Amino acid sequence: MARQSDIIANHKGKRKPENFFKTIGRLLSYYKNCKWALIGAVAFIALYAASTIIAGYMLSPLVRVLEEALADTAGIHMDEQVTRYTALLVYMGFLYLAGALTNFGLNRLMLQCTAIVMAKLRTDLFDRMQELPVGFFDSHTHGELMSYFTNDVDAIREMLNHSITQLLISSFSLIGVVIAMVGLSLPLFLIVLILGTLVVLITKVIASRSGRNFVRQQKALATVNGYIEEMMEGQRVVKAFNHEEKVMADFEVMNEELRTVATRANTLASIMGPIMNNLSHIFYALTTTIGVLFSVNGEIIRKLSENSSFDWHRVGVDGYVLITFLGFIRQFSNRVSEISQQFNYILLALAGAERVFKLMDMDPEIDEGAVTLETKADGTRVWTYIDEKGESVEVPLVGKIELHDVDFSYDGKKLVLEDVNVYAKKGQKIAFVGSTGAGKTTIINLVNRFYDVVDGEITYDGIDIRKIKKDDLRGTLGMVLQDTHLFTGTVMENIRYGKLSATDEECIEAAKIANAHYFISHLPEGYNTMLYSDGANLSQGQRQLIAIARAAVAAPVVLILDEATSSIDTRTEKLIESGMDKLMEGRTVFVIAHRLSTVRNSNAIMVLEHGKIIERGDHDDLLRQQGKYYQLYTGAFELS
Amino acid sequence: MEQRNQVPRGSGIRRYAGYVKGYWLPTLLTPFFMIFEVALEVLIPLLMAAIVDGGLYARDDFLLRSLIPAELKTGSTQLIFTLGGLMVLAALLSLSCGMLGARTGAVAAMGFAKNLRRSIFEKIQSFSFANTDKFSTSSLIVRTTTDVTMIQNVFQQMIRIFVRAPMMMVFAAIMAFNINSELSWIFVIAIPFLAVAMVILVKTGHPRFMKMLKKTDAMNTSVQEDLIAMRVVKAFVREDYEKQRFHDSVQDLKNAQIHAQKIFTFSGPIQLIIMWTCTIILLALGGMRIIRFKAFGPGELTSLMTYTTQIISSLAMVSFIIVSLSMAKASVSRINEVLDEELDIIGPDSDLKVENGDIEFRNVDFSYTGDPNNLTLSGINFKIRSGETIGVVGGTGEGKSTLVQLIPRFYDVLSGEVLIAGHNVKDYSLFELREGVSMVLQKNMLFSGSIKENLRWGDPNATDEEIVEACKMACAHDFITRMENGYDTDLGQGGCNVSGGQKQRLCIARALLKKPKILILDDSTSAVDTATDEKIRRAFRDYIPGTTKLIIAQRIASIMDSDRIIVMDEGKVVDIGTHDELMRRSVIYREVYESQMEGDDE
Repeated sequence: MARQSDIIANHKGKRKPENFFKTIGRLLSYYKNCKWALIGAVAFIALYAASTIIAGYMLSPLVRVLEEALADTAGIHMDEQVTRYTALLVYMGFLYLAGALTNFGLNRLMLQCTAIVMAKLRTDLFDRMQELPVGFFDSHTHGELMSYFTNDVDAIREMLNHSITQLLISSFSLIGVVIAMVGLSLPLFLIVLILGTLVVLITKVIASRSGRNFVRQQKALATVNGYIEEMMEGQRVVKAFNHEEKVMADFEVMNEELRTVATRANTLASIMGPIMNNLSHIFYALTTTIGVLFSVNGEIIRKLSENSSFDWHRVGVDGYVLITFLGFIRQFSNRVSEISQQFNYILLALAGAERVFKLMDMDPEIDEGAVTLETKADGTRVWTYIDEKGESVEVPLVGKIELHDVDFSYDGKKLVLEDVNVYAKKGQKIAFVGSTGAGKTTIINLVNRFYDVVDGEITYDGIDIRKIKKDDLRGTLGMVLQDTHLFTGTVMENIRYGKLSATDEECIEAAKIANAHYFISHLPEGYNTMLYSDGANLSQGQRQLIAIARAAVAAPVVLILDEATSSIDTRTEKLIESGMDKLMEGRTVFVIAHRLSTVRNSNAIMVLEHGKIIERGDHDDLLRQQGKYYQLYTGAFELS
Repeated sequence: MEQRNQVPRGSGIRRYAGYVKGYWLPTLLTPFFMIFEVALEVLIPLLMAAIVDGGLYARDDFLLRSLIPAELKTGSTQLIFTLGGLMVLAALLSLSCGMLGARTGAVAAMGFAKNLRRSIFEKIQSFSFANTDKFSTSSLIVRTTTDVTMIQNVFQQMIRIFVRAPMMMVFAAIMAFNINSELSWIFVIAIPFLAVAMVILVKTGHPRFMKMLKKTDAMNTSVQEDLIAMRVVKAFVREDYEKQRFHDSVQDLKNAQIHAQKIFTFSGPIQLIIMWTCTIILLALGGMRIIRFKAFGPGELTSLMTYTTQIISSLAMVSFIIVSLSMAKASVSRINEVLDEELDIIGPDSDLKVENGDIEFRNVDFSYTGDPNNLTLSGINFKIRSGETIGVVGGTGEGKSTLVQLIPRFYDVLSGEVLIAGHNVKDYSLFELREGVSMVLQKNMLFSGSIKENLRWGDPNATDEEIVEACKMACAHDFITRMENGYDTDLGQGGCNVSGGQKQRLCIARALLKKPKILILDDSTSAVDTATDEKIRRAFRDYIPGTTKLIIAQRIASIMDSDRIIVMDEGKVVDIGTHDELMRRSVIYREVYESQMEGDDE
């Protein structure tokens, strides 16, 4: 019993993509439909970075004018200074305007791209899942499958939506900032370079530690979830044994453990911001101090120049340069930490993308069937195919199913069915009985071609079912399973699921056959009542009645039934029984039987044990044999 | 323990403040650290202005001049070192406060989450089945985990960012006004502009965003439905239909997403435009004053630019916090639903103990829905003496399980009364009542852990001998000892390492260890073969003759030899008697018997 929480833990356990570039390439191929939007967005990003950085750089000439004005104590050139200053401000204004516009443009285009790519990614994933064989679904829990759509796709969405844009903006800006800083003052930039290295190192250390702690936190969370789940399922036992206090005490231990780990993980995650923020302050302070100390007109430079032949003024920092430079320091550290953080998210998302792509690459259900079902002018249906001689052959659809020496194994090692032979003529009812795990459900899976036989063959009207087109094969088979699965939608829609072209009248007719009409018409909105997958608004028995109606509207030639064992109130149970009986009339029926009346009325009963048919015959024959069936029947063994 | 669970009610703040218990210090320290961090942070541009104007441009009117000792001359290296040192010191202190705040914030938020989680779980533990039936198991799990995480994050934001952002705005504004009140009026104009813009964006964006989340949920639900019903989809050849349905909902979501996020593409540019407009106006007005009047240094002007950035970005931050707060509202109300759920079965504080195994039902009516017109049980009357073995038969859904669940008060009667050892079950504390009544349920459940640990549920202090004895009675000893690790065998989650019949026998042994006055077996030997079944029943007769045994069974052979048999039909007791009596006078009983025993006659 795998729980969703475990899967989340497992999922998080694998954090790094195996093939980085291949996955990126494949993800990029999804942008094909919005190539121009993407190119436009990147262009906007470049323009945005350029305009904002040039605007920031404008501070340098601006302050220079101010310096001149301050030096010009008499104010001789004041008017000229004002003109120059104003002109520069106008430039700056235009640059900022361009920055804001490109920012808007890039966000819009990126939004468009992401939405298109996500829609395509989701549909591709879902479409491929629909085509996978049933075996795939049997070997994965629903939680696992859902996590492709939630965890993985969400991580990708988050990356495309946010991380990629941020990464691009930050990268372009960083390049610009570095060029600007080097252009302003190489010595000061070298100081800042230390900052950059420090930021990268600290991010790396914290990110990897916080990653480890995050995994631990997820594990602790999974433990708590699992415990809650187990105790909720076992609530009756907990109460019957007065175990509330003990359960609380155990929970307390796990809860405290979760708190400890979560505190550690969270501390690391939230300490990153203040460190980065204040680190840039420290460097800002240091750069300011050093810059001012070594300013062109400062004491130090003056003294150095006095005592040496070298003109130290040449390495001295100009005031306007320092002021402009300071403006870039914060940007620099922000961009560097942004890039290193986003990179982590992107790795995480790519791991998710890789899983999604892996699923998309799985082999779909194979269908090599060439025999198709055709409807003739007179309404009769025939199997048609071209034989070896190239002649078209027609075989009437009758509903005769035969299993010849069928062997089957799920894992290729242990045989679940061995030498099974069953012959069902048109209109016959074949019942399978035996204990859990005897192979009853497997036989049904094979007729439907949810799985293929390992050895032997199954024929339908004499044709090997592997040669029949799967859709046509399944189209003639009707199925009512123990677990009733209905879909969100109205009652009518759910019945119509059996035959999409069915009219309302046909659906109601089917509901009448299934004995469902009465209760449906007493629902608040009759056939238009909405159903929900959790089934809160219908009882288990009522849902089963709808499932029978759904099978009835499909009017299948062959019917496969798995009778319910779950307890249902007697009245509904009787309705279900008679509904099923009506549905079975005139059809070839395979039934996993739990009711004695079904078994008794069957043309043939197959008693299965360990994958073999150990007894066969009708009810009276089998009772006379005094074998396993007799024991089952008299209660020496449980019939389920 | 029920009293302890009475959590405070009310809109929220007072209730949720209660969960800070034990973590008040970090909770209060966090905003304190945040305020200090911000205060130190806003000092830095001020110091920068001083060092640039006083050190670089050697202006005598540099900021903070009045606070700096006169010995430190304008433009001197000492002044630069002093101011630079102060700046680095401020940055270092700010770093420490920031880190400490992050730490205390984490401690406080995780502690808060722990308390909240415990409180919810404790409440769920005290739920009666009627309470639990209202919520599904999965929804209760979501409430204890996902919703708690959501609220924990909001709590953390509240003590950190929600303090930090407005404080930053206020401090930066104070600084700006102190430095240059003539230029700072610009903020008075800009702030309301930005605030109004943000409010409009959030107001229009929020409903669109909620719609998008709903579409996402709808899409995920349909995926889940499809995955669970895969066999149905394939059996009806509905793959293409399902694809089409999914494509539609993906398109829906795509449109909703673009519709919602379009709004937020405005927020960045608006913020930038307002910020940059402020910057340019500052530069223009400030620059002119410098050029014309030499009024102050360039350092002062650029420090004002820094404050502009701080003010505008913290204001934007506040608006996003408000959005995330409103998103947490759903989680809060889901959790409140659990905490406010009225417990419908609360035992009195009573020392009364179950003295013997007498059971009496007096005119008992029961309905799961509490509706007198939809009774599951009606007019039940019978008396059982201590030590009797009573069988209960009847079709599925006739109310057998419901009947026995009233004895340990898993549900309460609608009218009438259930008496045990002469006292109404409602007069016992739940603990004492359930100590006296042991029940093996239809839906058996073992827990992860070893066999021995599971058996000790019955009696935590049971000796090994007692455990073996109980297992021998339940015919479980033999198969346990055949296992590799014997009584220490690990059962795995839900006891999946044993077969159905073995599981049932373990559950019986567990119930026996409680040494109850009344033992109820609800169809709990169905997977056990008839011979073993009989052996278990014989053991009951021989070893626990004083215990009242109530046995529900589908198989008539399992109850044929009971002292008396209760026959149920359509929620009523239609007959009580010995096997022979019932064979003579009860049509229903005879029918059941004959349908099962038919094979024997041939």
